[in-house]
Amino acid sequence: MSEENQTEEIDSAEGAVAVDATTATGEEGRRQIHDMWVAGTEERADIRQFTDEGAQELLPVEDETALDIQRGVVVDDDYEFEDARDEDELQIINMGPQHPSTHGVLRLHLELEGETIRRVKPIIGYLHTGMEKTGETLTWLQGPTNVTRMDYLSPFHNELAYSLAVEKLLNVEIPERAQAIRILMTELNRVSSHLLWVATQGMDIGAISMMIYGWRERELVLDFFEKVTGLRMNHNFIRPGGVAADLPDGWEDDIEALLVDVPAGVDEYHEILDENPIFLDRCQGIGVITPAECRAYGVTGAIARASGVDWDLRKAFPYSGIEKYEFDVPVGKHGDVLDRYHVRMAEIDQSLRIVKQILETMPAGDYRTEDRKVTPPPRKRIDESMEALIHHFKIFTSGYKVPAGEAWQSVESPRGELGVYIVSNGGAKPWRIHVRAPSFAHVQALPAAMTDTLIADTISTLASMDPVLGDVDR
Amino acid sequence: MTGWETFLTAAIKVLAAFSLLLTVVILVVWFERKAVADLQNRIGPNRAGPWGLLQTVADGVKLLFKESVTPRRVEFGLYILAPIAALVPALLVFLVVPIGAPFTLGDRVIDLSGTDLNIGLLYILALSSMAVYAVVLAGWSSGSKYPLLGAVRASAQMISYEAAMGLALVPVILFTGTTSLKGIVEVQAGSFGGFVPAWNVVLIPSFLIFFIAGVAETNRAPFDLVEAESEIVGGYHTEYSGFRFALFFLAEYINIFNISAITVTLFLGGWHGPTFGPVWFSWLLPIFWFLLKTTLLIFVFVWIRATLPRMRYDQLMSFGWKRLIPLTLLWIVLSTLAIGVRRMGLPWT
Repeated sequence: MSEENQTEEIDSAEGAVAVDATTATGEEGRRQIHDMWVAGTEERADIRQFTDEGAQELLPVEDETALDIQRGVVVDDDYEFEDARDEDELQIINMGPQHPSTHGVLRLHLELEGETIRRVKPIIGYLHTGMEKTGETLTWLQGPTNVTRMDYLSPFHNELAYSLAVEKLLNVEIPERAQAIRILMTELNRVSSHLLWVATQGMDIGAISMMIYGWRERELVLDFFEKVTGLRMNHNFIRPGGVAADLPDGWEDDIEALLVDVPAGVDEYHEILDENPIFLDRCQGIGVITPAECRAYGVTGAIARASGVDWDLRKAFPYSGIEKYEFDVPVGKHGDVLDRYHVRMAEIDQSLRIVKQILETMPAGDYRTEDRKVTPPPRKRIDESMEALIHHFKIFTSGYKVPAGEAWQSVESPRGELGVYIVSNGGAKPWRIHVRAPSFAHVQALPAAMTDTLIADTISTLASMDPVLGDVDR
Repeated sequence: MTGWETFLTAAIKVLAAFSLLLTVVILVVWFERKAVADLQNRIGPNRAGPWGLLQTVADGVKLLFKESVTPRRVEFGLYILAPIAALVPALLVFLVVPIGAPFTLGDRVIDLSGTDLNIGLLYILALSSMAVYAVVLAGWSSGSKYPLLGAVRASAQMISYEAAMGLALVPVILFTGTTSLKGIVEVQAGSFGGFVPAWNVVLIPSFLIFFIAGVAETNRAPFDLVEAESEIVGGYHTEYSGFRFALFFLAEYINIFNISAITVTLFLGGWHGPTFGPVWFSWLLPIFWFLLKTTLLIFVFVWIRATLPRMRYDQLMSFGWKRLIPLTLLWIVLSTLAIGVRRMGLPWT
């Protein structure tokens, strides 16, 4: 379908719908309402003869396509065959949004020649929850509750990026202990996220036991999260001004146990996967992304590092005092699935190394800032001090005000560069929030990694990109 | 034997084989779930019945009562035929497998197998090739793309592994001199030097190749790309539900049992094993040995599934054609030479 043709048809369709069905009465009105809402929903005979969902893209041009688009019967994708010669050889398959391996509700529009994928088009939006917009209606303190749900596998990173951005505007000092707790939690979160990744990567290429093994160790980390924050995910723990609570008594023992159990589990994965010929066959040279493509598509994090781009925000733009700890940035060479596996496995080790240093050097002090405008006063003070009571009341009713301005803060989430851009107009709520989600960029890089591979490789590649659809759609 | 008696024996045998298979399937599914759970640090089914033994029954009943959804675009006749085409060969294969020592009832000797075909091995190969029709028909008649991909994969995979499987049996036939399964088991009686059982394990390459091809034939991991859940959703049975799906499921597990039973019969001495005790006990023991060996092989199936990732389509094909089949051919040549030397002595003596 040519570009003008399409526009024209849409225009005429809009003209048709512009008849105000709500004001027309009697038989005429009913017919119009029927045309608008019911008529298109029955499957037409010429659609029925095609055997699949993808058929809509193959409809002949002269059909009332634009009208169907208007009614929502047909999905208007800007899809065209590049080469009409291959038309008979190709079939279209919709992988997702309900597919076991698309990691949520990602839809991949695959153009297949036999089992070979000639074209991939990721289609997103099935998990769009409007979190950026919702954020504008929540106070600054409520914000973390909202953003923690975006990338549900690394909630702490979402909270941290948001809180750091707000703190930039507030210009408050964060106590050392709060910063250390933040790093402790985010690095453990990186471990849990990568553990889940290795589990699903294994599952997706058919190693069913890896799924459970990865979860087994992740569960230990989540247990610690639960102990500290009360929740296994969506913690709402890191807030502007510090963290929600101090670490519980005996946290050192828990961390020490984790530092023994998790590496033991990781060693097991290495044992199962590293030398496994089938695993190597399925990962080596699959889903390659070059460093140039990484830059072009905005691919960051472990995937970029696996391609040989030595870029880690924890080194480049250290946040929350992470520069105090020693760690290496593992970098791969080939940019294939196997390198991503090795990079992520090494990152687990490095994160645990940071956790170990935090365990040894955890500073004493408060877990949130003393600034009473930002953090509510302790319960005891409310009984004694009128001022404390007023602060408490103000924070929990109208919320605190943040000076007008804009701030950008990005953190290295397990998936890559997670950035939060916040604009304040001086009120008690953000004027605008924008989130730069790593998974979003990774999904747009999928075609580069998947084109001309087999279906099985697609799954392997997709799993290795580790997209979280909550992060993609927000 | 009179005609009536023959008929009666055959009917009882068929009925016994049928009920044995159905019982065994229930246990195999339970066994697999328990074993995989154990390998994955889980508990596995433990609610229905003691140790969850009735879980499969519960699942079967559930599937029976579920609606069998028929998508609008199916080729109805073939769509209905496919599950039956999967189950029937699976049931028939087992008829030639002897599960225990023959016993005498009055003046009659009764074999513990459905029947003793003198072309037993060919019969097995023929019927196991039938399984591919079920998969291809199911995939094609579903009128949907994932099943179609599964069907295409299935036909390619089964043809290539069928070849290796058949070739792996050639040394067995040469070595034992018979294609009757009863005959093959009889050859494996006795022992070398009094303590090593005289099973066909000397044909170990054949054993390995046959077993690998068997895993591929039954579409089990790591060759389960016909129904690769993470890639093509459910493969050929994506569009099946309710009891039609249950028939495929049943066929798959019967096939696992069959392949294990046939491997035991051909290579691991069948029902042979030490017998002792009173007559009735020494009559039951061979059945026990047979089932024990079969269970061990089924465990290998399960073990492989819990350990290995799935192979890719092209890797699977190249493994079949470029490694397995040449290896089998080489082994045929070697074993033929060895058997020839054993029968007729070295050419220069």
